[in-house]
Amino acid sequence: MIWLNQLLQGILLGGYYALMAAGLSFLFGVMRVINLAHGSLAVLAAFLLLMIDHWLGVSPFIGLWLMLPIMALIGMVFQLGILERSLSGGPLIPLLATFGVSLLLDNILFAIFGANTQSFAPDIGSLSYGSWAIGHSIDISQLDALIFATALVLLVGMHLLLTRSQLGRMIRATAIDAEAASLSGLDPRRVRVVASVMAMIMIGVAGAALGMRSSFEPYAGGAQLIYAFEAVVIGGTGSLWGTLIGGIMLGIAQNMGATINPHLSQISGHVVFLLVLLVRMRMGSLRLGNFLRKRMRPSVVSA
Amino acid sequence: MSLLEVAGLTAGHGLLVACQNISFSLEAGEVLALVGANGAGKTTLLRSLAGAHRPSQGQISFAGANITGLPAHRRTALGIALVPEGRRLFTDMTVLENLQIARAAKRTGDWDLASVLDALPQLKSILTRRAGEISGGQQQATAIGRALMTNPRLLLLDELSLGLSPIAVEGVYAVLPRLIEAGIAIILVEQDLRRAMATAHRLICMLEGQIMVQGPSGSLTREAVTAAYFGLNRQAA
Amino acid sequence: MTQYYGVERGTSRTRIILIITSCLVVALACGPALMSANILDHLIVLFIYIILAISWNALAGYGGLISVGQQAFFGIGAYAAIRLSYYGVPVYLALPLGGAAGAMAAGIASLFMLHLRGGEFAIGMWVLATLIQQLVSLDPLIQGSTGTSLLALNHFAPASRRADTYWLSLAVLLGLLGALFWLLRSRQGAAMQAIRDDEEAARSIGVAVAPTKRLAFVFAGLGAGMAGALWLAASITFQPGTYFGVQWTAYMIFMVLVGGIGTFEGPILGAILFFALETIFGATGVWYLIGLGAVSVGFALFAPRGIWGALEARFGWRLLPVGYRLVLGPGFARDKTASSIVQSDHHA
Repeated sequence: MIWLNQLLQGILLGGYYALMAAGLSFLFGVMRVINLAHGSLAVLAAFLLLMIDHWLGVSPFIGLWLMLPIMALIGMVFQLGILERSLSGGPLIPLLATFGVSLLLDNILFAIFGANTQSFAPDIGSLSYGSWAIGHSIDISQLDALIFATALVLLVGMHLLLTRSQLGRMIRATAIDAEAASLSGLDPRRVRVVASVMAMIMIGVAGAALGMRSSFEPYAGGAQLIYAFEAVVIGGTGSLWGTLIGGIMLGIAQNMGATINPHLSQISGHVVFLLVLLVRMRMGSLRLGNFLRKRMRPSVVSA
Repeated sequence: MSLLEVAGLTAGHGLLVACQNISFSLEAGEVLALVGANGAGKTTLLRSLAGAHRPSQGQISFAGANITGLPAHRRTALGIALVPEGRRLFTDMTVLENLQIARAAKRTGDWDLASVLDALPQLKSILTRRAGEISGGQQQATAIGRALMTNPRLLLLDELSLGLSPIAVEGVYAVLPRLIEAGIAIILVEQDLRRAMATAHRLICMLEGQIMVQGPSGSLTREAVTAAYFGLNRQAA
Repeated sequence: MTQYYGVERGTSRTRIILIITSCLVVALACGPALMSANILDHLIVLFIYIILAISWNALAGYGGLISVGQQAFFGIGAYAAIRLSYYGVPVYLALPLGGAAGAMAAGIASLFMLHLRGGEFAIGMWVLATLIQQLVSLDPLIQGSTGTSLLALNHFAPASRRADTYWLSLAVLLGLLGALFWLLRSRQGAAMQAIRDDEEAARSIGVAVAPTKRLAFVFAGLGAGMAGALWLAASITFQPGTYFGVQWTAYMIFMVLVGGIGTFEGPILGAILFFALETIFGATGVWYLIGLGAVSVGFALFAPRGIWGALEARFGWRLLPVGYRLVLGPGFARDKTASSIVQSDHHA
C-alpha cells in the first residue's frame, strides 16, 4: 500500500513539475531558445505575489489576478529587451543573455528580500494541509490535487488555443518558418511577444504553485529550472502531453527514491533523467521535441 | 503612375552582389516574366520586392508609396504576395491551416477560401492533410492558394515548376489565366523560356545580376533572349 | 601581374610580447621570495580565475558549447584531492591528481552529454553537476553539506604551504596556457577555430566536429578540476554546496564574455578585470553580484565579442601568434608558390 500511495503522490507531484515545465517547453517550441532564466522568473512571480499579498492583505488566489498581468508585462519587456535582440546573435547569445538575466534576478531578489525562505502556506488556510483519505494509507492533498488539475487545464487550454484559433495558427506558423509567416502577412515579432507573454503567464501560475506547496527563497530558481528541464526531456516529444508525462515520471521517480531513502529523492529524479537521455541517444533521436509540431493533433501520431 | 516602380535596386549576400542597379516598372494587371540562368539574381530580386531581403541600395515604390524599408508583413498588407522558392509551407500544419493563416494580412477582396478552392480545385480533397505529406504539385498549389488568400494586387511567383513533374506543372499553371483575368499583376520567374514568353506580356532577361534585355514578349525573338540568357551579346561586344 | 602571398604566424610585435611574457613568468616564479603573503594569496586567486576563464573559453569559444555545469568538475577536482589525500597520497600530488580526475570525469560525461545540443547541453550539464554534488554529499567523509577540510595541509608551516600552493597554481596555469597555445596552433586548433566560426561549414569541409568538441570538453574539465583542487589548497575547507555552486560558472561566463569569447588573450584579460572588480566591489556583496549579472547581459546583447574581441577587430591586435596572418608582397621569392610558402612555414 505504501508503494501505491507513493505512486499516487508521485503523479500528483508530477502535475506540479508539468506546470513548471509548460512555460519552458512552450518558449522553446516557439523560439528554439532554452530560457535559462525560467526558474528565476518563476521565483520572481512568487515574490511578486508575496508583495501583493502583503500590501493588499489579500489571499494568494486573489493576488494571482494582479500578479499575472504584471508577469505578462514582464514577458513583453523580456521579449523585446532581451530575447528578440539575442535571437539575431547566433545560437550562443540567448543562452548567455538569459543566464545573465537569471543571475541578475536572483541577486536583486536577494537584495530586496534577503535569504529568508517564504511560503504562502499560512495564507491559504486549510488548503495547505487539507486532504482526502482513501482507505487507511492513502491521503490525497487537496492542494496537490488542485495544482494537478491546474496543470491539466492549462495544458489542455494551450492545446486548444494552438490548434483551434487563428492566434494559435500564427504562433505555430512563426515557430515553423518565421519568414514564410511574415510573407503570409503576420508580424513574427509581435507573435513572439504574444508567445512570450503567454509563457510568462504560465510561469506566473507555476510560481504561485511553488509558493503554495512549498517554500521559496531568492536562489530557488536554479532548482526549478532543473526540474522543469528534466520534465521536458523525460517527456521526450516535448508536446503538451509529453510535458505532462515527463513531469509525472519525474514526480514518481523522486517519490519512489524518497521511499527507499530520503536522500535519494532528488538523486533518483536526476538518474531517471540521465537514463532517459541514454536510451534516447541509443535510439538516435534526442530532440527536445517541440510543443508545436508533431503530435499536435492526436490524430496525427507520427514518429 | 505604375503599380510597381523599382529604381537602382542593388542587393546581395555579404560581399556577393546578387543583383545590381535594377530598374523597371510594372502596370496594374501586367504580367512580367523574369528569365535568366541560375544565379542571375532573379530570386534575390523577388525576395527584395517582397521584403524578405534587405537591398543595399535603390528604391521600391508600390502604388505610389515608397516601401523600400517596410518589412515583409507590411508589404503583404499593402497587397504584395510572394510564392517563395521551395514553397516554404508550414509543413506541420494542414493545408486548410496554411490557407487560413494568410488571413493575418487582413486584406479583404475577391479571394476567400471558397474562391481560392474554386480556382485551385485540386486542394479540395486534401484540406485536412498535413502540408508536409502531400505531393509537390499539391504543395505548390497550396502555396499559391496561401498567397491568394492575402488578396494581392501584385503576385510574385518564384519558379513554380521547380522540382515538379511535367503533369504537375500543367496543373499548377492552369490557374494562371484566371489570376491574370482577375487583374492581378504578376512577376513570374521561369526557367522555361517558351512558357515565359507565352504567358507574360513583357519579359526581362537577367544575367549576373543585371538586366540584359527587356521588352514586350511579342517584340523579342527567342534568339535575342537566348543570346541575352547566355551572355552571348556581351561577349561579342 | 601575379601577386605573391605568404602566411606567417606572428608579427614582430608578437615576438616582443613573447619576450616580455617570458620575463613576466620568471618574475612571477620568484614571487614567494619577493612578495608579501597577502599579495601571494591574491595572486593564487587570480591564477585560479584565469584557469577557470581559459577552460570555459576553450569549451564555449572553441567548442561552441555553452555549459552552466562546469562547477561539476570544479567540485570533483577538490573532492578527488580530498579523497586521495585521505587514502595517503601526498597532498601536493593529490591536488594535481584531483584536477586530472576532473578531466577524467569530463571524458566519461562527454560520452553522453555531447549528444545534447545548445540549451539542452547547457542545462543538462547543470543537472549533472547537481547530481554529482548530491552523490558527493552522501560520502561519509564529506559529512553531508557540512563538509570537511584537507587536513593533510595542516602539516605544513603556513609560509611554505603558501609558497607551494603559489608555485603549484602558477605551474598549472602556465601548463594549461601552454597546452592551449600548442593546441590552437595544431591541426586540432584549426579545427576548433573553424567550429567556432561556423560549425556547419566546418562539418561540410570535413572537420571532425565530434572529437574536436570532446577535446575541448575534456580540456575544460581539466581546467575546472585543477581550479577546484587549487581552490581547496588555498582555502583548505570543502563544502559541497560551495564547490558545486553555479556561481563558479557565472564567474567563468562573466570573465570570458567581458574579455572576449573565442580569443586567446580575452579570457585572461577578463579574469584580471573580474579579479580587480571583486577586489574593489566584492565587499558590497549582493550588489556586486547584481552588477556582474547586468554587465553579463549587456555584453551578451551589445558587445558579444567582448573587450579583446572588439580591440582585435578594430586594431588587428594579437599579442600571441595563435592565428595566421596573410602577408602579401615582394618579400617572397618569385619561384615559390603560395602553397609551398604555407608548407615551409608550417614545418618551420
